[in-house]
Amino acid sequence: MNPFSMGTSLRDMIRAIRACKTAAEERAVVRKECASIRDAINENDPDYRHRNIAKLMFIHMLGYPTHFGQMECLKLIASPGFPEKRIGYLGLMLLLDERQEVLMLVTNSLKQDLNHTNQYIVGLALCALGNICSAEMARDLAPEVERLMQFRDPNIRKKAALCSIRIIKKVPDLAENFVNPAASLLREKHHGVLISGVQLCTELCKVNSDALEYFRKKCTEGVVKTLKDLANSPYAPEYDIAGITDPFLHIRLVKLLRVLGEGDADASDSMNDILAQVATKTESNKVAGNAILYECVQTIMSIEDNGGLRVLAINILGKFLSNRDNNIRYVALNMLMKAVIVDAQAVQRHRATILECVKDADASIRKRALDLVYVLVNESNVKPLTKELIDYLEVSDQDFKGDLTAKICSIVAKFSPEKIWYIDQMLKVLSEAGNFVKDETWHAFIVVISNASELQGYTVRALYKAIQTSTGQESFVRVAVWCIGEYGEMLVNNIGMLDIEDPITVTESDAVDVVETTIKCHSLDLTTKAMALVALLKLSSRFPSCSERIKEIIIQYKGNFVLELQQRSLEFNSIIAKHQNIRSALVERMPVLDEATFVGRRAGSLTDTASTPARPSVNLPNGVSKPSASPLVDLLDLSSDDAPAPSSSGSDILQDLLGVDLSPASQQSGAGHAPKSGTDALLDLLSIGSPTAQSSPSTIDMLSSSMNGKTPVSPLDDLSSLSLSARATSNAGAAPVMDLLDGFASNPPKHEDKGPEYPSITAHESSSLRMTFSFSKQPENPQTTVIQATFTNLSSNAYTDFVFQAAVPKFLQLHLEPASGNTLPASGNGSITQSMRVTNSQHGKKSLVMRLRIAYKVDGQAKLEEGQISNFPRGL
Amino acid sequence: MIKAVLVLNTQGKPRLAKFYEFRPVEKQQELIRNVFSVLCSRAENVSNFVDAESIYGQDARLVYKHFATLYFVFIFDSSENELAMLDLIQVFVETLDKCFRNVCELDVVYNYSKMHSILDEIIIGGQVLETSSTEVIKAIEELSRLEAASNSINLVPKSVSGWRAR
Repeated sequence: MNPFSMGTSLRDMIRAIRACKTAAEERAVVRKECASIRDAINENDPDYRHRNIAKLMFIHMLGYPTHFGQMECLKLIASPGFPEKRIGYLGLMLLLDERQEVLMLVTNSLKQDLNHTNQYIVGLALCALGNICSAEMARDLAPEVERLMQFRDPNIRKKAALCSIRIIKKVPDLAENFVNPAASLLREKHHGVLISGVQLCTELCKVNSDALEYFRKKCTEGVVKTLKDLANSPYAPEYDIAGITDPFLHIRLVKLLRVLGEGDADASDSMNDILAQVATKTESNKVAGNAILYECVQTIMSIEDNGGLRVLAINILGKFLSNRDNNIRYVALNMLMKAVIVDAQAVQRHRATILECVKDADASIRKRALDLVYVLVNESNVKPLTKELIDYLEVSDQDFKGDLTAKICSIVAKFSPEKIWYIDQMLKVLSEAGNFVKDETWHAFIVVISNASELQGYTVRALYKAIQTSTGQESFVRVAVWCIGEYGEMLVNNIGMLDIEDPITVTESDAVDVVETTIKCHSLDLTTKAMALVALLKLSSRFPSCSERIKEIIIQYKGNFVLELQQRSLEFNSIIAKHQNIRSALVERMPVLDEATFVGRRAGSLTDTASTPARPSVNLPNGVSKPSASPLVDLLDLSSDDAPAPSSSGSDILQDLLGVDLSPASQQSGAGHAPKSGTDALLDLLSIGSPTAQSSPSTIDMLSSSMNGKTPVSPLDDLSSLSLSARATSNAGAAPVMDLLDGFASNPPKHEDKGPEYPSITAHESSSLRMTFSFSKQPENPQTTVIQATFTNLSSNAYTDFVFQAAVPKFLQLHLEPASGNTLPASGNGSITQSMRVTNSQHGKKSLVMRLRIAYKVDGQAKLEEGQISNFPRGL
Repeated sequence: MIKAVLVLNTQGKPRLAKFYEFRPVEKQQELIRNVFSVLCSRAENVSNFVDAESIYGQDARLVYKHFATLYFVFIFDSSENELAMLDLIQVFVETLDKCFRNVCELDVVYNYSKMHSILDEIIIGGQVLETSSTEVIKAIEELSRLEAASNSINLVPKSVSGWRAR
């Protein structure tokens, strides 16, 4: 390196950086440069300051830290020379930001430069202020800027106007100072000043309603006149773009008119004529002309109603749509999206053209058009539109299919006129793009199928036919396998034949073939295979003749490397081999889920996705979790009283129904309880419950939850934990199936339908005492729950000195109110109530838990009851 | 309001980056990378608009134009007219063309601060200042004249580097 120079020149540095072949080389060069710049800064050498900042600006653009140069910028700005100031201000705008305190130091220099005799230095200062002005600077420098708006040189006036925009955005209180100078700018003849003045007025109207009122009254006419002069003006070459006179000024003026006309009939009225003139006279074969038309349409749509103008506007958009220029079509779609709200009927007329745009080669246009089509769908046009979209699905790009599928599914679910149509469309979508269908969509589809008893035969046959040709779509295969498992006998016996169907001959072994192919297919994932195993188990009971063959298939998986499949295989095998007597009951058809409840739950769960725990589930990768109770788990409510706190995992109704819950949902709970082992114990337990409503998927569910349990599988662990979580959750839902088995439970939760949001629970019950909790919540404060505890004496002796105490873990805060009394009359002839307030800092992540201690005296003898409450409704 | 003006080359290297809303340097670089990955995947004959909400945040739109080895990108919000932004890119490029006489990537690289000066004459604080390239050039020429006239020390490094370059 040359000993006499401070590093390299800017040009040489850029050249060196450009010569770098790798990022590492570039870093090395930059590091070296930065080191020498730092040295120069430390030596406080004024000669190279100018060059160093120019270098730092370049380095900054490449993404390297340059904060050490900030003070140098200030020094440059404070120096007298013009080139120094210029680079100083450029550096200031790039290297600094308004959050940094260095900026406080610059205010004084800016003030001096704003008053400088050299107007170019004033211009530099205005430009910097317009870009980086902070609120403090705005207050300090507003008078200077205001004064400069009347400066003799137009270049300064226009910069001052734009600078004021920044100032009033930072400190809206200052707006009133600028109203008068801004209004006088509207009378300017100079193009640049006029354009920035119009922008300033527009911004003033946005931040200050008084300003809006003022401009509306005093300036509407003037703006209309200016626009009229402009529209009628002869050719002005300097502002001409492609033959259109000054499109930017046109656009700004029309935009200001929009702000003035919005919500004011008089002002809107006065601009009708000129808008109509601009809309009809502007040439539409150039981008610049279309830009004006586009702005004009936006204004017509926003100002107060004028039927004729709106028709004109929508027709302009229609013309845009058929334009060959992609940009024009793009903005037309954008605008139609807004127009739909104003006049859906008029937009409907262009439906066919819009639909064509969905198939455009340009991704931006496709996306806009699809959004628009989605808004345009209604009951009357849903069938042809869906047909078009599904037809297009076959040929669309892979990366567009996701969007398209989601929209089709949503349209079909929302507007389907009849169930059979819905089923047909879903079949098409699933077989065409099943991999893009979200889990909740095909879950919902299954719920619909299970509800449509007269269409189940039709559906399963259609699925059977379709799966012969389409096997690559995961969720399609899942639905098909589930239906074949559930409705296998309808498939082979042609039950529920509709008139439109051709009868097909399917033997029992054909049906088993399909499932067998699925389970052996390598490309399908664990969930699908697990579902296929369940289907096989079901078919083994539905098709006795194939029972042996199914057993053979199932047994092949007893050594599978995937624990889940291995476990299912072993358990199902033992069900087939040893438990013929209960098998048919175990594999009965799934109870019908209430559609409304399911949809409602889904809606509910979607709204508070943020607050609910996303369970670590393999088949819900999008994190949509469902906090609702699981009726099926409830079916097994064999309640254990003294179990530890339940895990916070939610049991999802459909997951369980489908037997696909492979997540280690209950891993935190229950380990170490009733350590018996062997499947037999489990099966015995299962058969205690109800011989009718048991179903194997739930069995699986319970078993699968032990996946994470260590060493020997002890189903009872899981049973206890499951029934526990069932208790914890059972109160939240209202599905009719829920209560089926409650009678069998040793300690059934009580359902009271009082609370709209959370039902009451029996928090504690012994032979002598019952405590019920009812819950209420203020919607604005979801973390806090008010619990009303009611104590009832079940014995025949009165209790005195009754004291209730409660303790909660650290993530909760508990506040106990005084109790209503301390004596409890015998035999339920009265009660004590006490309310408490619990704040859950982990709301949505953890459920409430509480330990309690109740002390009282019976005939002077102290009694103590303790317990833990873990059956709080979810979501508290 | 215009939120950012970027000039990238077809390799994704930034050649000019100006943000009218504060963004930390790392975010700026991330944004530049994201913008480039979107742009380079677009075909030749498609529209110049890209939905930038995933890149820049709510309500952001992006318009770009491709000239030789450079992408000119404007990011702005819904208060601006997309087609007008397209024209503004045209104005910017025309101005550069007139300033550098057939602008090419090298001009942009080696005249980084001049690029900024030009841009500052077209846009201030995210608002359009001037749309006539003649006016802009007039202002830039004034700046250059002042720069040359002032008895500046920046002649020194030039001569030194000229001497070194041999």
